[in-house]
Amino acid sequence: MSRVEKGGFPLERFSFVFLVAGILFFAFAFVASGWLPMISVRDLEVRTVEQMAQEQPLSFLLLKDEYPEAYTKAFGGMSDAEAFAEALRTGHKTYIGEACWHCHSQQIRPWGGDEHRYGRRSFPEEYHNELNMPPLWGTRRIGPDLIRRGGTHSNDWHVAHFFNPPDVNPVSVMPSYPWFYEEDGLTPNKTGLSIIAYVQWLGSWVPSLEETVYEIPHIESGYEPSTLERSRRAEEAAE
Amino acid sequence: MSDSLNAEISAGAGEAAVQELPMSNKSLVKWHTIAGFTWVGIAMLAGLFYSLQLIQQWPLPKIAVLSPGRIRMIHTNLVAFGFLTNCFLAMLYWTVPRLTGRRVASNRLGWLIFAAWNAIILATFVGLHLGEAQAVEWGETPVWVDPLVVVGAILVWIQFYTPIVRSREKAMYVTLWYFTAGFIWLGLTYIMGNFVPQYLVAGNAAGPLLGLYIHDLVGLWVTPMGWGMMYFFVPIILRKPIWSHALSLVGFWGLAFFYPLQGVHHFLGSPVPMFTQYSAVISTIAVEIVVATVIINFFMTWRGSEGSVKRSYAIRWFWLGAFNYALTCLQCAFQVTLTFQQVIHFTDWVVAHAHLVMFGVFSFWIFGMIEHLWPKLTGNEWWSTRLRAWSFWLTAAGLTSMFLVLTGGGLIEGFMSMNLVPRETILTSMRPFWITRVFTGLSIIAGFSCFAVNMVMTALVSSRAHVDTEYTPYEQGGEGGVSIGAI
Repeated sequence: MSRVEKGGFPLERFSFVFLVAGILFFAFAFVASGWLPMISVRDLEVRTVEQMAQEQPLSFLLLKDEYPEAYTKAFGGMSDAEAFAEALRTGHKTYIGEACWHCHSQQIRPWGGDEHRYGRRSFPEEYHNELNMPPLWGTRRIGPDLIRRGGTHSNDWHVAHFFNPPDVNPVSVMPSYPWFYEEDGLTPNKTGLSIIAYVQWLGSWVPSLEETVYEIPHIESGYEPSTLERSRRAEEAAE
Repeated sequence: MSDSLNAEISAGAGEAAVQELPMSNKSLVKWHTIAGFTWVGIAMLAGLFYSLQLIQQWPLPKIAVLSPGRIRMIHTNLVAFGFLTNCFLAMLYWTVPRLTGRRVASNRLGWLIFAAWNAIILATFVGLHLGEAQAVEWGETPVWVDPLVVVGAILVWIQFYTPIVRSREKAMYVTLWYFTAGFIWLGLTYIMGNFVPQYLVAGNAAGPLLGLYIHDLVGLWVTPMGWGMMYFFVPIILRKPIWSHALSLVGFWGLAFFYPLQGVHHFLGSPVPMFTQYSAVISTIAVEIVVATVIINFFMTWRGSEGSVKRSYAIRWFWLGAFNYALTCLQCAFQVTLTFQQVIHFTDWVVAHAHLVMFGVFSFWIFGMIEHLWPKLTGNEWWSTRLRAWSFWLTAAGLTSMFLVLTGGGLIEGFMSMNLVPRETILTSMRPFWITRVFTGLSIIAGFSCFAVNMVMTALVSSRAHVDTEYTPYEQGGEGGVSIGAI
């Protein structure tokens, strides 16, 4: 009773709860798990879409030859770099709006068989660009990881696949996207071309699918090869 | 007699005069409940449709606005903001005036908040259908709606901090600790998760914030509201105090310190620095010990009133929720370790866990609260006792079997994935689990329909029995705090 008359225990008082639990603890957690990771990558440059679009992967240049009319309709009058920048932005927006990132992850973990399936583990440099604000790491993997999946299939495969995935892979549970196409259901429209350009771009920053060690010395030095890679190297050394 | 005591008495008399007027605005409680239940009905249908996509049986036309991916985001967003937030607001309008002895800032502001929050949810609903999502999980709310959510949170601060600050009691009851911190956390969490990674930082600097956002929306908004609700309603319905006040203190301060530190555990194995990942794992295991206090407090309070689960549907929902909570917490402490993560991270195990927490605990507690409040709000006894039983058992059976089937399926999926089984084989193996999951979902929807029909009929059909619409003390002929829902 006396405690109540005095205005209570500090731990039960509004001002204390509000300031310490509400503000201080939250701020502390933000520093510990938000700000520290931020400063650990503060030296990495964040690349814009325009910077990245200066070099177009072969798959994008091929789109122009494969679907000339659709390409002209979507990106007519633009230089390759401008067209690719436009395609990346539209494709990225579609990737988010259609919730692709809720069934496809974009991160390769150092465990759980990921490196054997998808290549070496993800590294920070891969994500420091405008299209990773916010990053599309994902938390569920119903379909395969896509971070370096670009180039695995041809543009034609994607055109057939997006229209109705079970046509290409009978057990696929991926939805159909007929609105990525013109009326004929065969020619991709701007959305279709863009989403294909975006998924084909993923991973274009690594030299090839098998050789996924990025040529940045300090990453190379901190890189522990996977079990599979170690055994391969051991075999090579034995020979 | 001292002067201070005299002053106390006269102040008390003034207080009593104020209290003769209804303390809480029942229409606001009622309409937030109705809005919440409407949104969750839509959310459940969205979940059902999406589960049909996974067995290649999409029921809706294959057009852009009804795309399965968009429907998936609608499911989670409507649950978080449409259902839970609306029902929590209803709960706040009932509890805060009773705990502080003061009315909320303004009734007109109340209707503004009602309109604003539901407009936000409607805009999110439409925006997601149009493909305008933002790449923040559980915050897919289009970027043009985000500032409105912050305004909505600020209005909530004004509305409910006012009575808490004006309260004559300087020492707050447990429930109010959670509310005090929860309101400010909602705003801070939303700003951190939806603005910083969208406009200020990229990649590895933004990823941890997404983890913090998903986690804090659960831990710093839904959990404080849910625990506050449990600490208010369970003692009132059982008519006895919470077992241990010391445990309440440990529980609250443990949550406040450890919970905000854990978000990165949603991205274990990502390129986020390992010190951040380890700290997230350790603080998660720590908080499991802390949340055990709440579970112990509930079950020890309930001990000695075991019959209440038979007599009161409200307590029955709270009991099962608390049981599921114990299960969830036990699960958390294990699944957050890197060993478990290797297997379960990208699988249905996580989906099962999310349903167990959001539906099996916090939604069940909301159902318990509505069981208790709806007769008080409508002035009528529950229309059908049989429907109450059906809604409880169908929902409980549906959720339990959904949890089991997705957890089992998730483990199989995880191990197959780890053992480099081709994806086609994994999908084929998951099919029986996903088919069963559709039926568990149907069971939940059937249970919810019983609940909703019963609510509508209770509101429409007036009962002859007298309903104590406030907590009238025994001396004045009331029922005290006992659940009038006792069969």
